[in-house]
Amino acid sequence: MSQEAEGKKRGMFSRLFGGGQSEPAPEAAPPAEEEGRSWWSRLSGGLSRTSQAITQGVADVFTKRKLDALTLEELEDVLLRADLGVGAATRITEAVGKARYERDIDPEEVREILAREVERALAPVAEPLVVDDSKKPFIILVVGVNGSGKTTTIAKLAAKWTGEGKSVVLAAGDTFRAAAVEQLKVWGARLGAEVVSGAEGADAAGLAFDAIKRAKEQGADILLMDTAGRLQNRAELMAELEKIVRVMKKAEAEAPHAVLLVLDATVGQNALQQVDVFERVAGVTGLVMTKLDGTARGGILVAIAETYGLPIHFIGVGESAEDLEPFAARDFARAIAGLDETSEAES
Amino acid sequence: MFESLSDKLSGIFDKLTKRGALSEADVNEALREIRRALLEADVALDVVRSFTDKVRDRAIGAGVIKSVTPGQMVVKIVNDVLIETLGQEAQPIDLAAAPPVAIMMVGLQGAGKTTTTAKIAKRLKERHGKRTLMASLDVKRPAAQEQLAVLGRQVEVDTLPIVAGQTPVQIAKRAMEAARLQGFDVVLLDTAGRTHIDEPLMAEMAEIKTSAKPHEILLVADALTGQDAVNLASNFDEQVGLTGIVLTRMDGDGRGGAALSMRYVTGKPIKLIGVGEKMDALDEFSPTRIANRILGMGDIVALVEKAAAAIDAEQARKAAERMAKGKFDLQDLCDQLAQVEKIGGLGGIMGLLPGVGKMKDQIAASGFDDRMVKRQRAIILSMTPKERRNPDLLKASRKKRIAAGSGAKVEEVNKLLKQHRQMADLMKSFGTGKRGGMMGKAAQMMGLGPGMQMPSQEELQKLQEKLGVQQPKGPPGIPAAPPPDLLSKPSLPGLGGGLLSGLNPFGKKK
Repeated sequence: MSQEAEGKKRGMFSRLFGGGQSEPAPEAAPPAEEEGRSWWSRLSGGLSRTSQAITQGVADVFTKRKLDALTLEELEDVLLRADLGVGAATRITEAVGKARYERDIDPEEVREILAREVERALAPVAEPLVVDDSKKPFIILVVGVNGSGKTTTIAKLAAKWTGEGKSVVLAAGDTFRAAAVEQLKVWGARLGAEVVSGAEGADAAGLAFDAIKRAKEQGADILLMDTAGRLQNRAELMAELEKIVRVMKKAEAEAPHAVLLVLDATVGQNALQQVDVFERVAGVTGLVMTKLDGTARGGILVAIAETYGLPIHFIGVGESAEDLEPFAARDFARAIAGLDETSEAES
Repeated sequence: MFESLSDKLSGIFDKLTKRGALSEADVNEALREIRRALLEADVALDVVRSFTDKVRDRAIGAGVIKSVTPGQMVVKIVNDVLIETLGQEAQPIDLAAAPPVAIMMVGLQGAGKTTTTAKIAKRLKERHGKRTLMASLDVKRPAAQEQLAVLGRQVEVDTLPIVAGQTPVQIAKRAMEAARLQGFDVVLLDTAGRTHIDEPLMAEMAEIKTSAKPHEILLVADALTGQDAVNLASNFDEQVGLTGIVLTRMDGDGRGGAALSMRYVTGKPIKLIGVGEKMDALDEFSPTRIANRILGMGDIVALVEKAAAAIDAEQARKAAERMAKGKFDLQDLCDQLAQVEKIGGLGGIMGLLPGVGKMKDQIAASGFDDRMVKRQRAIILSMTPKERRNPDLLKASRKKRIAAGSGAKVEEVNKLLKQHRQMADLMKSFGTGKRGGMMGKAAQMMGLGPGMQMPSQEELQKLQEKLGVQQPKGPPGIPAAPPPDLLSKPSLPGLGGGLLSGLNPFGKKK
């Protein structure tokens, strides 16, 4: 569709997004493995598409303009496109409009407000995953829907901790998907972590029990337990997950010490349901959001934070083992709002 | 909290249908609500906008405002536009080319490409008798090639032997070569997941396309995708030129907005949908069915299919015959309650029934749930066969015995009997030829407003024809289409009569 045709019909909207359909100018792909690259640059690299789109939108909306109802509606659209969801987008739009209505406002200021609002929602939930050294092994169960990136996230976490000199055991609990066990074994071999596995189709709960025993024998610091992907509305699969947790407690009363729910950034509003159900069934203690290196914006985290208040521990920004970063609300919010790290100007 | 789109829309239209006439402001209000509902269903903003514009234009152009039943009109328009946007009809995978026909699968990481590849291979082998070869070009994710090999063994489809160290393009060439030499009809190329802004990988994908010249390039995408659906679909389309889309995880409780979005931005048909983890959980995409489900028209086709699979055809025929004669005793009620349980309980049926979405809360509030179905059955099962056939026998002492036997109270037994009497009266009126539309009456009994969209006799007839055509779809051993009586006699007796009237928790509204 031509931008002009659209422009006639939609006015302001197309100026915002006429080009939005096609991607923002292709940026050179980030160098695959850059030693010592600061986490910020990786995060903002991964998030840059996100910010570009939003920033561009915000700038276009607000350059030399009065803050009127139409403008606010367009700002809301920008946020909706970032998957914030209707509720969160409306709330932030209202916050921006408050006390500024009908006043001139510049894009920079709007970005600050946007960043502040997003940060306000996310700050309380930005908590690092604390591995309690007194628990040996510290047992982490990783859950999520199919294809959200559980196994890759486990590999990244294992890489991080083995890099810190901790001994890590991996449990190949995805006994359903073909070759999922092999996938984890390849990672285990790369990272020098032992992988406890059973046969394909074996009982995942039994495997969890064995893995805890094995990790104890080994005196391992951390046990990472993979599980098969499951859609949260599949009752029988959720019952199976409940059983895994139950059986883990038989091997170690306090297990699992942490339950991570892996969320795919491309998933929209359904992520809320995923959090809801997995929290109830498996007692999720924290979140990891993957695939933020695409164009998906991960704005659903704002709605999740507001509704569930679950800690967000990590974000995944690429496919290699080190593309996992601790979640930092301020940086995430500023990156989304299109503000860079160094502009510390505001309040 | 998580109301489905169909609940929401039927809520809106309920408001509309209750009014005699519609003002333009009414239409606008409905459209605002539709916009919100669509956004919450993850339909991309552009698509929502174009959708509501179209509906507005048509609503106003069609003179809805002066029409007699404006609400119905708007519902129809929204439904039409939904179906148009989703594509008029299902399009199968196209194999009309010189063999070996290459089909290339592309998509983001974790979309379900490998699983879908194996599902399609199984389908091509079993339904179309095609000799199919699968090849995994995913050299990135550990054990991805092994995954396809394992699935290949599972579905008994050949996979290209794995040669370590080859590039995806080399593997694609080798696959086509092997297929030519060994006389395969179809080659499925499963590519690595890639982010659609990853330039080198997108270039690689284009190279694979040039070398294998695939006849179909299918984008495999997660039905749960949010706003990003438009970006990823249009990017993949621009880079390789898609021929179709496969939506996975349609068995999730996502609202499927991605289906609308992707179809809209690419104009490419959604060819198949993944509906489960099993290797045969792959369905043809039916725009009408999805549109109806979104709109709260209910997925009647699915319901009937489910019913056909679960209901004993012979039993249903007998029940239909009895009802046609105006007979409906406690045994009949008991059988029907059993069927309700078999089809997946009330919850399962409610989700599929037209206009029922909005009543879920009402039903929940009335406390009529699956437990109650069980309890009612228990009560009936505590009666002797003679009592079931002739409820008039039931006097105080017998009721006491039945209550004790089923762990219920006498009042509950009375309530059940009263309900049954009401239903039996209703049946009698059909039996004597007064076909006032059982469904309609049943709906009234349930306290439904006139806005409820019940399928008419003709619609059901059409449905039945449709099902007749789709005969091979039925699982083995079960008649693919319900017996004619099931549909055409007192509309859907196995369900309609028993289910709807059996519900009747809203008491005296008759």
